[in-house]
Amino acid sequence: MGSFAGGALPPDDVVVTALRAGDETMFAGLLDTWSQGMLRVARSYVSTDHSAEEVVQDTWLAVIDGIGRFEGRSSVKTWVYRILVNTAKKRGVRESRTLPWSAFEYDGAKVTDLGPPPGGWPEPTAAWPTPEGEALASEVRGLIAEALGRLPPRQRIVITLRDVEGCTSDEVCDILDITAANQRVLLHRARMAVRGWLADYYESVKQPE
Amino acid sequence: MKRFISETRAVNVVKRFTCDELVELLTAYLEDALDQAERDGVQAHLASCEGCGRYLDQFRATIVALGDRPQEKLSADVRDRLMSAFRQRQRH
Repeated sequence: MGSFAGGALPPDDVVVTALRAGDETMFAGLLDTWSQGMLRVARSYVSTDHSAEEVVQDTWLAVIDGIGRFEGRSSVKTWVYRILVNTAKKRGVRESRTLPWSAFEYDGAKVTDLGPPPGGWPEPTAAWPTPEGEALASEVRGLIAEALGRLPPRQRIVITLRDVEGCTSDEVCDILDITAANQRVLLHRARMAVRGWLADYYESVKQPE
Repeated sequence: MKRFISETRAVNVVKRFTCDELVELLTAYLEDALDQAERDGVQAHLASCEGCGRYLDQFRATIVALGDRPQEKLSADVRDRLMSAFRQRQRH
């Protein structure tokens, strides 16, 4: 309904002025445009969909409460996502005390194929099939979800913000308070691991010639 | 195994990378965070190494697959609660 599809949000000063003036259409628009991505980001810190929804709800409540004090030192989106990440982190830490969550103990699940062996490729790996069939596409989606869950937490949040949500590297550095170099290393490690798991999967479903 | 051999006339400006060095640079390459000599070196290597070209294709396919996540939605009651919290705030 009121969502700003395709990133067609008005400029930040318009958004902030409208929110401060109590413009419900503007608030509903932000809610419907950003909540989906926020749920996925929250999900990379907490262990259930229900917790993720509570994190997103608490984030919006903090936004409602804090919009009067927003100083415009970052974009509205970065500000909201910083609140989200902090809220999710606290929640994640609390859960990890009571819930054994394998991702926290993860020490790099075995990826057999991370890159070329020293000295180069013995032979190029096979090209991947295009996931045209819905069955394959949905298997790949399931695999990606699983792969994200297996990544170490810092890699998981960076790759989620960058490649799942489409944030820029500057945005990610601002949201997470990390340097560009650090962001790139975490992103690269995460992409290599996910690519490795996909390669293992495609290898396992390869049609015999 | 393929080895990249740089062209002699560009020998001073094109960096030469082994396959495992090249793979490490792909995110920086895709983000345009390499200097000119490194970028030229990556491109020259990719042009002559099938294995790394294939790896880059798969790396890109991985990024595309990551962007194809299922839709998630805030439940209607949470959305309603937030809308009414926003309305309430105006009364303060």
